[in-house]
Amino acid sequence: MIPGAFEYHRPESVDAAVKLLAELGEDSRVIAGGHSLIPMMKLRMADMSHLIDLQKIGDLKGIRVDGGTVTIGAMTTQHELIENAALQDAAPIMREAALQIADPQVRYVGTIGGNVANGDPGNDMPGLMQCLDATFTLVGPDGERQVAARDFYEAAYFTARTDEEILTAISFTAPKGGYAYEKQKRKIGDYATAAAAVLLSKDGDRCSAASIAMTNLSDTPVYSADAGAALTGSPLDDQAIKTAVAAALNDIEPAEDNRGPVAFKIHVAGVILRRAIERAWSRA
Amino acid sequence: MNEMSPPKSERSAALKGLGTARKRVEDVRFTQGKGNYVDDIQQPGMLFGDFVRSPYAHARVKSINAEAALALPGVVAVLTAKDLEPLSLHWMPTLAGDKQMVLADGKVLFQGQEVAFVVAEDRYIAADAVELVEVDYEELPVLVDPFKAELPDAPILREDIADDLEGAHGPRRHPNHIFTWEQGDKAATEAVIAEAPVVAEEMVYYHRTHPCPLETCGCVASMDKVNGKLTVWGTFQAPHVVRTVASLLSGIAEHNIRIISPDIGGGFGNKVGVYPGYVCSIVASIVTGKPVKWIEDRMENLMSTAFARDYWMKGKIAATSDGRITGLWCHTTADHGAFDACADPTKFPAGFMNICTGSYDIPTAYLAVDGIYTNKAPGGVAYRCSFRVTEAAYFIERMIEVLAIKLGMDAAELRAKNFIRKDQFPYHSALGWEYDSGDYHTAWDKALKAVDYDGLRREQAERLEAFKRGETRKLMGIGLTHFTEIVGAGPVKNCDILGMGMFDSCEIRIHPTGSAIARLGTISQGQGHATTFAQILATETGIPADDITIEEGDTDTAPYGLGTYGSRSTPVAGAATALAGRKIRAKAQMIAAYLLEVHDNDVEWDVDRFAVKGAPERFKTMKEIAYAAYNQAIPGVEPGLEAVSYYDPPNMTYPFGAYICVLDIDVDTGETVVRQFYALDDCGTRINPMIIEGQVHGGLTEALAIAMGQEIAYDEIGNVKTATLMDFFLPTAWETPHYTTDYTETPSPHHPIGAKGVGESPNVGGVPCFSNAVNDAFRAFGLTHTQMPHDHWRIWKTANDLGLHA
Repeated sequence: MIPGAFEYHRPESVDAAVKLLAELGEDSRVIAGGHSLIPMMKLRMADMSHLIDLQKIGDLKGIRVDGGTVTIGAMTTQHELIENAALQDAAPIMREAALQIADPQVRYVGTIGGNVANGDPGNDMPGLMQCLDATFTLVGPDGERQVAARDFYEAAYFTARTDEEILTAISFTAPKGGYAYEKQKRKIGDYATAAAAVLLSKDGDRCSAASIAMTNLSDTPVYSADAGAALTGSPLDDQAIKTAVAAALNDIEPAEDNRGPVAFKIHVAGVILRRAIERAWSRA
Repeated sequence: MNEMSPPKSERSAALKGLGTARKRVEDVRFTQGKGNYVDDIQQPGMLFGDFVRSPYAHARVKSINAEAALALPGVVAVLTAKDLEPLSLHWMPTLAGDKQMVLADGKVLFQGQEVAFVVAEDRYIAADAVELVEVDYEELPVLVDPFKAELPDAPILREDIADDLEGAHGPRRHPNHIFTWEQGDKAATEAVIAEAPVVAEEMVYYHRTHPCPLETCGCVASMDKVNGKLTVWGTFQAPHVVRTVASLLSGIAEHNIRIISPDIGGGFGNKVGVYPGYVCSIVASIVTGKPVKWIEDRMENLMSTAFARDYWMKGKIAATSDGRITGLWCHTTADHGAFDACADPTKFPAGFMNICTGSYDIPTAYLAVDGIYTNKAPGGVAYRCSFRVTEAAYFIERMIEVLAIKLGMDAAELRAKNFIRKDQFPYHSALGWEYDSGDYHTAWDKALKAVDYDGLRREQAERLEAFKRGETRKLMGIGLTHFTEIVGAGPVKNCDILGMGMFDSCEIRIHPTGSAIARLGTISQGQGHATTFAQILATETGIPADDITIEEGDTDTAPYGLGTYGSRSTPVAGAATALAGRKIRAKAQMIAAYLLEVHDNDVEWDVDRFAVKGAPERFKTMKEIAYAAYNQAIPGVEPGLEAVSYYDPPNMTYPFGAYICVLDIDVDTGETVVRQFYALDDCGTRINPMIIEGQVHGGLTEALAIAMGQEIAYDEIGNVKTATLMDFFLPTAWETPHYTTDYTETPSPHHPIGAKGVGESPNVGGVPCFSNAVNDAFRAFGLTHTQMPHDHWRIWKTANDLGLHA
């Protein structure tokens, strides 16, 4: 469990980091909290000649709630998400989800930027970002661009980010209404067997808007527009939930692993999603 | 003189002897990070070794090319089987009478097997060099299912012994067959079963798992070429046996080998055996003349060092129609992996599996165990249990439940009806053991009352009705277990390891000022020996426990002993300690009598002193006696105050316990919540209640892990699927339920202080208790048995198969 040798770089600005990344080429990677990359390097499944550590870049840290918009620097840790009062007011689903990631030791170091940028289908934040319809800011040699979280994930570990780009921030409109992040896992520190992020708005007795995404049930996070549509306009009765769950299950494609076979995962995904919908509705 | 001495009760309390909840003296250094583990050891010029391991479960090794590795600056050597062969060290004997490759000799037999040993100036260079060693493999068909081992198309794994018809434990019927071990009366048992009105049958699988101590295995070997002395620091649960084995293998005289077990971060049976890493480090140190360190990483530990369990136990249990058990039959298929490296006493190739009649008076029984080779890591060690005792307890406690279902009887009642009665002890079991003492009915009644068993059953019935009405999706399970262990191996007449009788030892020196040091042949890996053995001595010698140093693990200073595993330290070394203490006291009596100017027989022991009979104000304390032993000539008595005792136990000890678990199961997700766990242990005389409680908590948590998810799983081509702590379940505080502990105290009649040992009871009793609770939750839907581990998807599958998701 010892990685191969590598050079370590610690730039102090985003520009310097982008420049380094361009200079050093494909044998280099940026490192945030390191909780995905370092284990891969220790297993020698990833072999990097250069690591560009982003933690000295102050611009990448911090949480800003401005009007109805939440902006979070990529190097903000999960622990900081949990502790931030303004974020808790603006988007309590962030805290609910972050508390279900790994364990406190990991959360002190693991970052939201690393979590969303790595493209690991087991990570919790990508699905939540799709549920929130968040936007990622990418900075590369040609400047800055925005990519919607719902367009970002292509396959496991493959995203819309190019090798020369760094994900610097995420932003989203503070959600209104009810919320829930529901996750089944085998134990503390585990990836989800199935997890669901749900946001619901209520108008009178009816659901006026719904957003649903799921985690670790495909090789990318799964945003299910059909599931949301099934709830929107409904009285959120059993029939509507059944339709929404069926729509979501139609969008997932889980793989068998040590957590269990496909049939089990599909069943659990349905149960977890139903619970998330019911909890979100109770808060709407 | 001496009129002002405190009353007896105060003097007794000051000793912190037997029965005192004394805080662990070890924890001062452990909790401050001041432990000294093998990886903390640094030696001048020390090199570091690392293994090239096989990615395949079964393959021919066609060639090994180390040129690129040797060209890397800082690489000192790359050892292969060819280098070890001239020393006859490319293979080594196992504790089970088999032999094991130290480095791949022509082929590999399991994924993770040691192929080459790279020695470099530091561990980073060594890890890089491992990547540069080129091994050319030719893949061979893989055998992972022991039931396919003797089919016509099965690959032959052990070509080295393929033609040997006789193994270490009798005839072999196939090259992949290791032994057949039979106990009891086959014909009589089969006759009982054929005629019994009620017979329950089940295949009970106790899956493969791993002790997974937090500290992995490792060593530092240092050959001093000037004085010819080899010193090895390592993770050894049995340092003296390692010394003897090292001497026999290497030809180095035993007095020139010093084995030191420093602090050990958990063993649980994983650190009993000898691993290739130890042998390679020693050879590398001899070759290079420098100290060589080898430390496993977590994956190496899980993939290549000794696993536990992997017993397929087919059982039949016969009874009268009113629930009196008349016979028990068991055939076990034991998956031993590529080499038989079980750490059992020599004459017991399946350990004490023949304790499988459990706590019950079963007149007729038969057990057969077939050992089988597969392409998996070797091992089969006693993971927090005496040898195969947890397998036996799981088997009988599942069979009792299966029988209760067949009889339509309450499982608590069935147990009580068949317990060995108090007046039957010492009890001779049908499979050959003599149970020393027990009072099962008292313990059982206490346990049932403590949890309000009838109330729990009523609640369960109400829950079931609510479930059927669709008001809840959670079922309630009540798990029962009454286990009997057999620990404290063991009597030299039938227990040995590599010919070494399984006695143990204690040597005591009382210092002139009345404090003491005692050294034992055992070695603590977290059990708290420095605390508890001092308490035994405090009571025996009247010296406060706080004034007694306990030292273990250095073969140059400690008396010879067989080490710590199988709950043997208290039953064997604890007895030696008490008896050595009594020798001290016997000599002290003579000194006291001399000092008090009376006859030896005219003084009597009083907590911490000898007093003149009938004149308690005339006494000499042990402290005064110790001083006298060193500062004045006493006619007919040698100076000094020292004693040594080697103890050969007349019998094993038989701790027992009654456990009850209550859990809720979510049938839709397979999740479980243990909401109550009651554990009553009877370990005989209780030395330190606080340490007992800690041992019970730890053992129950390992039992929870095993029952609910922990496993070493292989895919169909022998890849280990659970080689990291992401997939190998080690519970944290979050997953660990609350435990309620309780006790009864039935001393062992043959142990000097009546103690039986406790460290492993909670694992032995805990696993069936958790598993029985899961099975019990589904009993109303027709389930008789479902296999462990009870992780989410397997529980979900059980519910699904029973139609509970329709």
